[in-house]
Amino acid sequence: MSASPAIRSQFEGRSPADVKAPVRIAVKDLNFYYGSFHGLKDINLDFRDRQVTALIGPSGCGKSTLLRTFNRIYSLYPEQRAEGEILLDGQNVLDSKVDLNELRSRVGMVFQKPTPFPMSIYDNVAFGLRLYEKLPKSELDGRVEESLRKAALWDEVKDKMKQPGTGLSGGQQQRLCIARTVAQRPEVILFDEPTSALDPISTGRIEELIEQLRADFTIVIVTHNMQQAARISQFTAFMYLGELIEFDATTKIFMNPAKRQTQDYITGRFG
Amino acid sequence: MAEHIVSSYDTDLENLRRSIAEMGGVAEKMMTDATEALVRRDTTLAQAVIVADKRLDTLQREIEERSVLLIARRQPLAIDLRETISGIRVSGDLERIGDLAKNIAKRVVAISDQAQPQKIVLGVQHMSDLVQEQLKDVLDAYASRDVTAAHEVWERDSAIDALYNSLFRELLTYMMEDPRNISFCTHLLFCAKNVERIGDHTTNVAETIEYLVTGETPAGERPKNDASNYATVTPGA
Repeated sequence: MSASPAIRSQFEGRSPADVKAPVRIAVKDLNFYYGSFHGLKDINLDFRDRQVTALIGPSGCGKSTLLRTFNRIYSLYPEQRAEGEILLDGQNVLDSKVDLNELRSRVGMVFQKPTPFPMSIYDNVAFGLRLYEKLPKSELDGRVEESLRKAALWDEVKDKMKQPGTGLSGGQQQRLCIARTVAQRPEVILFDEPTSALDPISTGRIEELIEQLRADFTIVIVTHNMQQAARISQFTAFMYLGELIEFDATTKIFMNPAKRQTQDYITGRFG
Repeated sequence: MAEHIVSSYDTDLENLRRSIAEMGGVAEKMMTDATEALVRRDTTLAQAVIVADKRLDTLQREIEERSVLLIARRQPLAIDLRETISGIRVSGDLERIGDLAKNIAKRVVAISDQAQPQKIVLGVQHMSDLVQEQLKDVLDAYASRDVTAAHEVWERDSAIDALYNSLFRELLTYMMEDPRNISFCTHLLFCAKNVERIGDHTTNVAETIEYLVTGETPAGERPKNDASNYATVTPGA
């Protein structure tokens, strides 16, 4: 009954250490506070280049908080602060000297609910490009098309680029937001429950898209859908009460997790 | 193991476990009865074994349907996924064990009118006793999720292979002594082979238990000691 070596290697989780992809984001001794509330506790975690890492855990466990530290979105709120290091290609993004606009163009983010700007489809995608890069019209057109193609939306919108982005369906709006993010040519894309407001067909499209985007970007995704994490990620981190409980290859986490808490959570025994 | 938040999920898994336990009971009884029928030349008991196989087939189909529904509805993960997959595998092995016991029973009917010395049957009976013990132990190990007990069953299979090997040679010798023995001994040889295969299915179940509990499939070759593939006996040698 023992499988051939080829089949074994295909199905068995490789340990994170075995993966050759370089570390893109290294989180070191990260602590996060909402005022006096200790939201993240001593997180140490590596995110590999061009791999999808899923963050799972019950509501309030800190997975979205962790995601929000990577592009310092939290710094919009004065009482929130992070301690420790998040090294993006070796540079600590928590350093006060980091230019936040530049950081956010390197680390893009897609949210739970689609957030198209109240402007045309074309302008939604071109928005960031106009802010940061002064491109001639023809080049801008090219980048908008390229981004919409990468977001698998081009064929559906190419004839109505002047229409408002808010007129698209929920799933299309989400892909528009992905196109807007991709247009910046970021290194990392953060997805915070990108499909929880979508129907199964749109969810399938986004999952397919994430699979394709992995060729160009390092991806971190927060999801409450275990099967989604199992389908689209290479690595999975399970968090609970602000702590990282277990981090391993996705196949290992979902077939045979090492920690009891992880197993109880993914099998629906938690509580 | 803590209970699922959705309690009907626990019921689904419990029903799966119960069906497998019932299959195990039926398969065990079929094997005991088939051997008993062979030793006593009891065709009535043999017919009962043949009838009992229908129940086993029905149970296996039920388990498959339950498992498919469980995967579709609950999308089991980790221990739950391994339990579902193990259920499909074990029910397959038990169904095969039932088929092999049924085949022994059919041969009991076929040879019922042939008068033969009882001592020829005793070897098969002895081997069957050992395999019945294996089957009982592996079913207990499955119910109690006992990897150590399962591994012991797995290791004991080579002793059964060795026994089959010597039985094979013994039966060939009887056939050479007197051609009138051939028909009876050939049936007996198939009975012995069936018992040996039942032993193989118990080791399959033992491997499944290890997978179920640890998530790992036993590494390395299983202990094999069946040399009958190469056995020949030359007349007058």
